[in-house]
Amino acid sequence: MKTSRTASSTLLIGTAKGGFALEGIGRAAKLRGPFLFGAKTHDLRADPRSGRTWLMSSTGGHLGPTIYRSIDRGRTWSEAPHPPRFAPARRKTAAPSVKINFWLEPGHADEPDVWYCGTSPQGLFRSEDGGQTWRGVDGWNRNPAWESWTSFGRDGTPDGPVLHSIQIDPRDARHMTVSCSSGGTFESLDQGGSWRPLNRGVAADFLPNPDAEYGHDPHCMRMHPADPDRWYQQNHCGIYRLDRAARAKTPSWTRIGTRMPKAVGDIGFPLVPHPTDADTVWVIPMDGRTIWPRTAVDGRPAVYMTRDGGRSWRRQDRGLPRSHAYWTVLRQAFTSDAGEPLGLYFGTTSGELWGSRDAGGSWRRLLAHLPRIYSVRWSGR
Amino acid sequence: MSVRVHVGSILHGYTGGASELVAEGATLRDVLSDLDRAHPGLLFRIVDEQGALRPHVKLYVGDRFVRELGTRVSAGATVHVLQALSGG
Repeated sequence: MKTSRTASSTLLIGTAKGGFALEGIGRAAKLRGPFLFGAKTHDLRADPRSGRTWLMSSTGGHLGPTIYRSIDRGRTWSEAPHPPRFAPARRKTAAPSVKINFWLEPGHADEPDVWYCGTSPQGLFRSEDGGQTWRGVDGWNRNPAWESWTSFGRDGTPDGPVLHSIQIDPRDARHMTVSCSSGGTFESLDQGGSWRPLNRGVAADFLPNPDAEYGHDPHCMRMHPADPDRWYQQNHCGIYRLDRAARAKTPSWTRIGTRMPKAVGDIGFPLVPHPTDADTVWVIPMDGRTIWPRTAVDGRPAVYMTRDGGRSWRRQDRGLPRSHAYWTVLRQAFTSDAGEPLGLYFGTTSGELWGSRDAGGSWRRLLAHLPRIYSVRWSGR
Repeated sequence: MSVRVHVGSILHGYTGGASELVAEGATLRDVLSDLDRAHPGLLFRIVDEQGALRPHVKLYVGDRFVRELGTRVSAGATVHVLQALSGG
């Protein structure tokens, strides 16, 4: 059965110079914004529970990081009175300061006003009032192992080390994961009170110990919405799948990117799961050869889809540039809607928004000339 | 004691557009904290949660460049809070 996309569909776009919203579909779509023009917006999300609240991370000039909130679909914004901030230093030990509010994640459906925020350096914060007041998750931020897990918050991406891919198990609000670049993927069964690293099987060719327990570089990790015991990960060192239901004490990741074409490789940033099919995910490879150009491989962008859990991959590039396109897609900048057939959307580092109405079968450029795109999030409300 | 505080345009979103303010305090930290009471959120844009000045924030007492928030200010002094933007 086909489900039509409605005029209420919205793509929320975070860019290097502010936020935008593309409302509606097709020729009737209307671009609004920029919101907080001039401020870096690493994430911009609508609350899927109420549809009422939009949150936007913001780093303006040298004013440091904060979070803005709108309850009228982006027409007006107010700053969070208490944005994420680490606890003050104890005694004379150095303590981190938030540099970027990097990843915004709505909480469990049963906790309607709860949000999480992942920061640079790798902090985890929680709001229980719809994003106005944020408190550190002490089980993570003040964990005695935090400095070891995160390399003291110093080893990370060009923008700084980040905590991202906050995943909440739809069956249990206490079960959640975070991923750190660098640091690896970590799981909590008690809503952030305690954590364990879950990186077995993941390569880390930049570490001296190939079997290190942590220190890895996941780029994007997803609990699959159709089966939260099946996890997929696009890592600095390949594409992986983990089947947590295997009942092993420490489940192990399997590298499924080895089935990608050798000339393309399995390096990239984003990964998008199909909403209802646990065997189906999409990735967008980038050039991770030699000195890591981090652009489309050979200047020919392509999306790759697996429909069998990573045993095989299909290239999807119809409509995408055939040559000399040297952009890439960052980890928050690839998303799906809930239509049938499925809609997919991604934003590029060169400020273009691309969309597909047929699950990646063909692509069309929806927007051009935006600033560098950090995030693309879909809202059906 | 009262001091005059001049803030750059990048902070006008917190001051209602005003660039000239008056605040009370014996040290720079006191003065900025007093400003934050009148203009909530302003202090966190200048000083991070560990008490460190954010990068590229420049503080002057009169025409003297200072980095220490414990610097004492005298009655009638003028404090400048400026920010040097850089990058593309």
